[in-house]
Amino acid sequence: MPNARADTASLVKRTQPVRAGGAVVAIQFLQDTAVFVLGEEGLILVEHGGAERRIAVHAGAILAAASDGVRIVTGGDDGKVVATDATGASTTVGGDAKHRWIDRVAAGLDGAVAWSAGKQAFVRTRKGEERVIDLPSTVGGLAFAPKGFRLAVAHYNGATLWFPNAQAAPEKLEWRGSHLDVTFSPDGRFLVTAMQEPNLHSWRLADGKHMRMSGYSAKVLSMSWTADGKALATSGADQLIVWPFQGKDGPMGKPPEMLAPCESNVAVVAGHPRQAVVAAGYDDGLVLLVRIEDGAEILAKKPGNAPVSALAWNAKGTLLAWGAEDGEAGIVRVT
Amino acid sequence: MTDKIPVTVLTGYLGAGKTTLLNRILSEPHGRKFAVIVNEFGEIGIDNDLVVGADEEVFEMNNGCICCTVRGDLIRIIDGLMRRKGKFDAIIVETTGLADPAPVAQTFFVDDNVGRRTKLDAVVTVADAKWLNERLKDAPEAKNQIAFADVILLNKADLVGKAELAEVEARIRGLNPYARIHRTERCAIPLPEVLGRNAFDLDRILDLEPAFLESDDHGHDHHHHDGHDHHHHGGLKHYHDEDMQSFSLKTDKPLDPDKFFPWIQDLVAKDGPSILRSKGILAFKDDPDRFVFQGVHMILDGDHQRAWKDGETRESRLVFIGRNMPEDKIRTGFEGCVA
Repeated sequence: MPNARADTASLVKRTQPVRAGGAVVAIQFLQDTAVFVLGEEGLILVEHGGAERRIAVHAGAILAAASDGVRIVTGGDDGKVVATDATGASTTVGGDAKHRWIDRVAAGLDGAVAWSAGKQAFVRTRKGEERVIDLPSTVGGLAFAPKGFRLAVAHYNGATLWFPNAQAAPEKLEWRGSHLDVTFSPDGRFLVTAMQEPNLHSWRLADGKHMRMSGYSAKVLSMSWTADGKALATSGADQLIVWPFQGKDGPMGKPPEMLAPCESNVAVVAGHPRQAVVAAGYDDGLVLLVRIEDGAEILAKKPGNAPVSALAWNAKGTLLAWGAEDGEAGIVRVT
Repeated sequence: MTDKIPVTVLTGYLGAGKTTLLNRILSEPHGRKFAVIVNEFGEIGIDNDLVVGADEEVFEMNNGCICCTVRGDLIRIIDGLMRRKGKFDAIIVETTGLADPAPVAQTFFVDDNVGRRTKLDAVVTVADAKWLNERLKDAPEAKNQIAFADVILLNKADLVGKAELAEVEARIRGLNPYARIHRTERCAIPLPEVLGRNAFDLDRILDLEPAFLESDDHGHDHHHHDGHDHHHHGGLKHYHDEDMQSFSLKTDKPLDPDKFFPWIQDLVAKDGPSILRSKGILAFKDDPDRFVFQGVHMILDGDHQRAWKDGETRESRLVFIGRNMPEDKIRTGFEGCVA
């Protein structure tokens, strides 16, 4: 059983189990409070070592979640965008007048929130000003730029860079196909999208140069930058794929690191916030911490009955929370 | 996998009665709960929080197949719906009157996340008995919907005479001899005739005989009969549509898998755009098991099904439904696959 990782150093005994009771679709830490986002209706707030608190934030499915570290922002099929803080206090911060599904959300560092419903993307500033942009097709992904008030919107045949406060027309980045997720490199030089086909696409923003990152066996559903911002870890293969972005040309012409091979695919990744380590959750329920430098592995969770569906680190990198499709969940104390 | 949620695709030209059928499915007391993906809100008279509006966003996959189109909105909506797993037993996708069913069907084979959690059950087409003949002449979409269907409701059967009904049914048979046809008034039909058909399930590919002898002859009948009374109508007329046809191939000589698979893969790669649906039951040399496959355009799905039974004729049989298909070339190619 290679996936049992019998000889691997293990943190499994340091797990605080969490009874989610339903599929965990996302996790975010607000300081040391882990917020488990369920597929339906609720959040579970768990302080490490403390009790579980359940709160209902949506009337139906929760379709998207994001966090700025202070609040967790969720979008639901009830057409609402809700922000919840570590005390469990929730406020509706946006939504869709026609009660369409809120498909994607993003949280900016200055308290701004973005969301999408169908072919429209919305932003709301901390002061409460709201702006909307119409896209050529349904929004696949939303991401705030690391600096400045700028939003990237992924959709069919490319992405749109939108400056909500500027009069200028949004900038179009074109590439044929369906773009389903989007992320800026932490230095703001690259934009990366995950596509319907099992590959990533990237643009160098200075000159619009294209990069195509392929070789995956499955659609890439999870992307996470390493602490130093120099590499992008992804799901989508039966090993952890880490693309180098440190040079001028990013991953152009360079192979990715391929670490922690397993019998099942990586489903979720989460970069450690301070070290060059990535947590990888697999389709068979395994969670490994993988050091990028040498591929050294530490076992954080043994394989289970369902795929890992969410992973998150607290800001200090001392706690790792995981959740699975069958409602199994936990918090592991790493140091 | 039995826990996959079945998905029924409801097509039909404008005004044929799709919404009537949908409302009937949702309002009848059957104890089942459906999630419904509709193209237009407001027409459904049932209060259901699992009704979702769709945008019918069709796009081509970047995989070199020009006919490999999928519905991006369906992938997104099904992902969202599955977060409420347990709240519904089945999904119904209603398409617009002008929609091609192929991208909807292909979505279930192309997207892994959709295919892992749901399965395509059947394509059900509602046709207007009075106007279908006209639409088959002027609307290629209507023809596609008939050719693609597993189940066809020949609706508003009460509004046309018996001869006219037989005529339109023969037209349908000319396009698609394999679908089950039901004559209906206001889409009145027992739901098991429409839902839970398993038409895309390889285990259910038992027999590829045309459905001539098994179609119902009455609207809204609740009893089963053998339907042989067709023969009393003075024989069915055979219609051959100018561009849409179906044909079947068969042989009792065992096939060589090393010849057959390269041939069929090459065939759908080249002629996939003109082949709407394909199905087959195959007997390979020295193989005790039946091999079954089914396909939509270039996408093929196949597996060993079960052992050939004692006394069962080891006959290979393929059927194709499509538009301007190179029938002679396909026949010759198939004959070349004999071991």
